[in-house]
Amino acid sequence: MIFNYLGNFALLFCLIISLVIFITSIKSLNNKNFFLKKSLNELLFLKFFFAILSFSSLIILFIISEFSNETVLNNSHISKPLFYKISGTWGNHEGSLLLWLLVLTFFTFFYFLNSKNRPTDERLLTIMFQEVIILGFLFFLLKASNPFNIIYPVPKEGLGLNPILQDPLLAIHPPVLYLGYVTTSIVFSSSLAGLIKGNINNLWAKDIKKWVFISWTFLTLGILLGSIWAYYELGWGGFWFWDPVENISLMPWLSLTALVHCVLALEKRSILHSWTVILSIITFTLGICGTFLVRSGILNSVHTFANDPERGLYILFFLFFLIFLSVFIYFIFEDKFKLNNKNLNVFTKESSIILNNWFVMYFLSVILIGTIYPIFLEVLSNEKISVGPPFFNKLIIPFLIPFLIFMSIGPNLKWIKNNHFTKKLKLILIFILSIILSALVSKFFGNATLNITILLAASFYLFFITIKDLIKKGFKNYSQTISHFGFSLLVLSILLNSIFSNEVTSNMRVGDEIKFYDKIIKLQKLENTTEANFLKLIAYFKIEEKNKTELVLEPEIRIYDKPVTITSEAAIKTDILKDRFLVINLVKENEYLNVRYQEKPFMLWIWISAIIISLGGIINIFKKNE
Amino acid sequence: MKTKIIIYIIFLFFTLYNYSFSYDLKLENKINKNLRCLICQGQSIYDSQSDFAESMKLVVKKKIESGMSEEEIYSFFKIQYGEWILYDPQFNTKNFALWLLPILVFLVGGIIILKKFGVSKKRL
Amino acid sequence: MNNRYFKYFIVIFLIFTFFIFYYGLKKKNFYTTEDISIKKFPNLILNDFYTDSTTSFDDILKGSNYYLVNIWASWCLPCREEHPYLVQLKKNLSIKIIGINYKDKRDNALKFLDEYENPYTVILNDKDGTTSIEIGAYGVPESFILNEEKKIVKKIIGPIDKKKFNEIKKLIKK
Repeated sequence: MIFNYLGNFALLFCLIISLVIFITSIKSLNNKNFFLKKSLNELLFLKFFFAILSFSSLIILFIISEFSNETVLNNSHISKPLFYKISGTWGNHEGSLLLWLLVLTFFTFFYFLNSKNRPTDERLLTIMFQEVIILGFLFFLLKASNPFNIIYPVPKEGLGLNPILQDPLLAIHPPVLYLGYVTTSIVFSSSLAGLIKGNINNLWAKDIKKWVFISWTFLTLGILLGSIWAYYELGWGGFWFWDPVENISLMPWLSLTALVHCVLALEKRSILHSWTVILSIITFTLGICGTFLVRSGILNSVHTFANDPERGLYILFFLFFLIFLSVFIYFIFEDKFKLNNKNLNVFTKESSIILNNWFVMYFLSVILIGTIYPIFLEVLSNEKISVGPPFFNKLIIPFLIPFLIFMSIGPNLKWIKNNHFTKKLKLILIFILSIILSALVSKFFGNATLNITILLAASFYLFFITIKDLIKKGFKNYSQTISHFGFSLLVLSILLNSIFSNEVTSNMRVGDEIKFYDKIIKLQKLENTTEANFLKLIAYFKIEEKNKTELVLEPEIRIYDKPVTITSEAAIKTDILKDRFLVINLVKENEYLNVRYQEKPFMLWIWISAIIISLGGIINIFKKNE
Repeated sequence: MKTKIIIYIIFLFFTLYNYSFSYDLKLENKINKNLRCLICQGQSIYDSQSDFAESMKLVVKKKIESGMSEEEIYSFFKIQYGEWILYDPQFNTKNFALWLLPILVFLVGGIIILKKFGVSKKRL
Repeated sequence: MNNRYFKYFIVIFLIFTFFIFYYGLKKKNFYTTEDISIKKFPNLILNDFYTDSTTSFDDILKGSNYYLVNIWASWCLPCREEHPYLVQLKKNLSIKIIGINYKDKRDNALKFLDEYENPYTVILNDKDGTTSIEIGAYGVPESFILNEEKKIVKKIIGPIDKKKFNEIKKLIKK
């Protein structure tokens, strides 16, 4: 009970301190003497401390199953394992917002400690913008989604956590994603501060670069974790569905990817000043916009979130407040850019970076328009349409081909000018090799269509070029090479996966067999067991293959009691080269099971390549600035 | 000369474009993946295991067996359940903006880049 | 000059987006097929629930001014709620009620009909659920009201309640 009050008052203190910091930082701008470096430091820490206090109170409430707390009541129950009690803290709307706040206060504090080489008023302005964001979150938490609402009389048992959220991956997926989103707020605030002070230059780029890479890396990992979770837990054998919620996490990632490249051009060549600021604004507002679209329930998605229109309205106002704030600041201070647009040579690194930005922004616009167009159409004409995978495939795949080719050539170019475009022959040879290879692959091993074949050729090209670069360049600029290599591997794995995937669906009783190419799949027996918080039906399948050891797969159906939900747990056998994926379903009023067996090659490599991509980012974060 | 080549390329592109998306994927799965489930509204009936999705899959199968083409099956579902049920939005008067806006963004982006940085034709 | 118009455009566009989102929030986001009207029922080959003989809508939809086609199942709880209303409709109005038994076990369905009253003139068996899809059903229970020309005049998604019951009465009295 005490923790309810503790958490609540800690939040209130956060609010007060935040207001104090906000006012102090504005005052200090006019009067430098007012600026007490040490006290601001302490205030920021104090705010962080109270956020920790509040968050740990909520964790404790979840651990001791204190059902007088509304959040705990709605998202937990006594028989749930301890691990999920703890992860349940941020597995719901209120708790996840509190986590946002915690991470936000931490990074604000961390930024202040690590920005001593920046001009004082820029730092102050950055802190001020951060406080605006923090205040927005605090008001939202306290007013519309307080995690410490008290219920009386105290119920005896909680309502439970949605079973598909009871997964170790989902315990770490949101925090990682939030780390990514929150660090974009630092980039946002700092770029606005730099804009006002006219500080956007190569030195600023050098300092902000670390933050850009940090958030890019976290976002990459966060999306990866979400995707792995979808693959293992949702049990449809897919890992990316072009679902609105997934698209929303991809959009800030795309604009960050553009920003990662653009900030390098700004650092090295002093170009793209205004574009860097615009991208910083876009990235952060897309993150908030995503929060709005997901939490307000304006879109319907497979990923369940508690929807509440009142909350949606609040986030909507907050979102547009931030958008208009940044747009007006941009318009007012725009002329502070020292414009020195240089004519660029075509075959240079900077022009390839611009090309990258051009394409990435196009991909972003496809996803953004595809996601929000149905909302526009419904409001304007009351018609409902669905925008699904075919739309995204049709608009993205053709543009991915030149994108991959530019991506292979770009890093081989030099800054400023490339007089003799060396290694031309080698590049062309590799190109021809890639085309032949992809033609062979799609001709003899799969049934790929023309566009897939061309895309395959392009990704083979990138793959070989990056391998060549890795060997040749050694440790020079290897973070970039590793990320690009990872990306080519990702596209390759996804393509090969989609070309070579095979499946069979059938209704089966115990003792039935089905043939799948040279394999025989046999349903041997069914078994019922009772677990702590669910009933379990296990099916034992044997997969026999000529000259090979038999494989036993045990997919499950789980019937959870709180809340009553039926889920299918796929049996997945992961190998280096392919995944075997078996999922069963109950068929209503029938004694047989619906069985779907899939063989999905290179699944493991999709995850590995995403890790390699983020590895490049990690290397860049820890690399010493020359 | 150059413009002629470009025109040929564009022509080739458009002819191949529609062809290239006619997947060889098993027709049934392709149609199932393109129909949105009414019960769990975030997924296709291919991915869904709800009763109505299962029934729909059966209907698709029966219709294929009875010799209906892909387009006929889509239009059947569109009449019964509305355009909402199709995951692949059609190119019509109310959706043309959906298809063309991204392309417009791409073109405008290209124009801005050309204007700002003067990557002129000479250098190409 | 050019730049200024661009700024105005951005601001207006953002305000426009704001209002779209604002009104979008008020729309229900769950899609139903209530507003979609098919002109006519397709003439399908159907199975009679009791005799298992084949029939068609052309044979069944005869000799009444209004027909109510109701999709039900014994396992569906809302069907139990709406059942009394179907019985009342049958008693009070000149409407022919046709049941489609959706994915059900025969024994359970028979028990259900014994337990409650049987309002159906004809019951059709839809063991695999395809008939319901062919007529454009959305879920169980669902009811279609057809006029003598076999055109759908009303669609009721979910159970018939007091309000829907009165709507049907009004429609038929007219």
